[in-house]
Amino acid sequence: MKKFKWLVPTIYIIFLMLPIYWLLNMSFKTTTEIINTYTLWPQEFTLDNYKKIFTDSTWYTGYLNSIYYVVLNTFISVAAALPAAYAFSRYKFLGDKHLFFWLLTNRMAPPAVFALPFFQFYSSVNLFDTHVAVALSHCLFNIPLAVWILEGFMSSVPKELDETAYVDGYSFWKFFFKIFIPTITAGIGITMFFCFMFSWVELLLAKTLTAVAAKPIAATMTRTASTSGYELGLLAAAGSLTIVPGAIVIYFVRNYIAKGFALGRV
Amino acid sequence: MNKTVNQKAWFFVIPVFVLVAFNAIIPLMTVVNYAFQETFGNNQFMWEGTRWFKQILVSERFHAALGRQVLFTLIILVIQIPLGIFIALNMPKEGIGVPICLVLMSMPLLIPWNVVGAMWNIFALPDIGFLGHSLNAIGFDYNFTQQSGDAWFTTILMDVWHWTSLVVLLSYAGLRSIQPAYYQAAEIDGATRWAVFRHIELPKMKKVLTIAILLRFMDSFMIYTEPFVLTGGGPGNATAFLSIDLVKMALGQFDLGPAAAMSLIYFFIVLTVCWVFYNLMMRNESKS
Repeated sequence: MKKFKWLVPTIYIIFLMLPIYWLLNMSFKTTTEIINTYTLWPQEFTLDNYKKIFTDSTWYTGYLNSIYYVVLNTFISVAAALPAAYAFSRYKFLGDKHLFFWLLTNRMAPPAVFALPFFQFYSSVNLFDTHVAVALSHCLFNIPLAVWILEGFMSSVPKELDETAYVDGYSFWKFFFKIFIPTITAGIGITMFFCFMFSWVELLLAKTLTAVAAKPIAATMTRTASTSGYELGLLAAAGSLTIVPGAIVIYFVRNYIAKGFALGRV
Repeated sequence: MNKTVNQKAWFFVIPVFVLVAFNAIIPLMTVVNYAFQETFGNNQFMWEGTRWFKQILVSERFHAALGRQVLFTLIILVIQIPLGIFIALNMPKEGIGVPICLVLMSMPLLIPWNVVGAMWNIFALPDIGFLGHSLNAIGFDYNFTQQSGDAWFTTILMDVWHWTSLVVLLSYAGLRSIQPAYYQAAEIDGATRWAVFRHIELPKMKKVLTIAILLRFMDSFMIYTEPFVLTGGGPGNATAFLSIDLVKMALGQFDLGPAAAMSLIYFFIVLTVCWVFYNLMMRNESKS
């Protein structure tokens, strides 16, 4: 029994990789091969699909737009969440519990509910079709998440650390930036990872709030599919490339992930 | 931790409060605005009171969508939670296998949701997809764009593929926090595998499992993009879950009043269930 334990994760990982393999497989095929024959690997191996994406600006600007607003959102979320999480982890104040739950409710709001009002609201303040609009709208679910994770990490830092620093004559802000933030870098890393992840995979709001100038890659994909017929090879290549940023990020934080989850937040 | 009372802490919370309120309260009030009024465009509104709510609450279309949604969420929880625990129990605890498992298993979580839908679409199509082709080759009459049973099967399989890893990661983190001494003590007592699971591992995972169930409930109840890209809610209305039906009503038919009322009812359901869960979770936390 114990000997075959490794079989379970192995089978699961094979199941996870199959659709991804199929997408990669398609991305190296020509469209005619995809439509006319069923093959387990590309018979006429081609890089044309990828070439098209890297040379056609309507395609590659989609990636740049996505990365731009995702990074912007990650920084806004973490920067705003740091002091708030500190307040929640260290102090009692009027309405703190209600405020915390209210923040979490925004993580629970179905984006489909908010799509239309968001469109009207951001149009009325002249932010429609800007990266800032998408970055700000993603704060709706990323800030509550960031506060939640960071609060968990901060609560595991003993309060004596703060008190000793004050006794040593540190001012609050000097303590916060010089001592406190360095002790929770792992937590900040995890938080940034999750903000990046949820902003990267979200499409409904990003698509609703953009038209041309800030259109995310994922929206470029759906629109091309519906206007110029079904270019499956191209679509598969674009899809495969959307996996890359996530894979890079996850490689860097692989050691922190289990630790981040262990604190029971996220 | 014993916290000190300090009302000035509000200043630290203000940036978060402003940013979230900016995004949450104004759009939510817009929805409330539509839910109680009739509009003919040009910013002209007529008061309708609770008419839309009454209309939605008795409409068969809403009942059908809600029924499909509840069934889908239940199936997802029943499959993903035990499966996730089972995989986590069998994961390696040390060595090179750990980062490999973690990185590969996290992959589905980081793929944009519409790409997940598109990927499963070409994976499951009967003529060009691996899954569809294989199922037909071994004798099943499988076509998810035509038969509603197949569409359900594909949507559920896709969601299991997409989100089980989250449960695995959470359970794995919970398991890692168990001291080896517990296992040694159990071995000395001659405990069975089931007893170890029931009395050592499960209690330690209780907290992370509550979070896993909460997250999986919220996200599967709000699911939109993946089934929209995969099946478009079809065939017919077979996989038109609440969000899909809502967007169809709001943007497709421009029935803003009923759509807004439905949004509020929808939000209220999610909120109630999460509130119950949240309180249970906090009670557990204060106990331990």
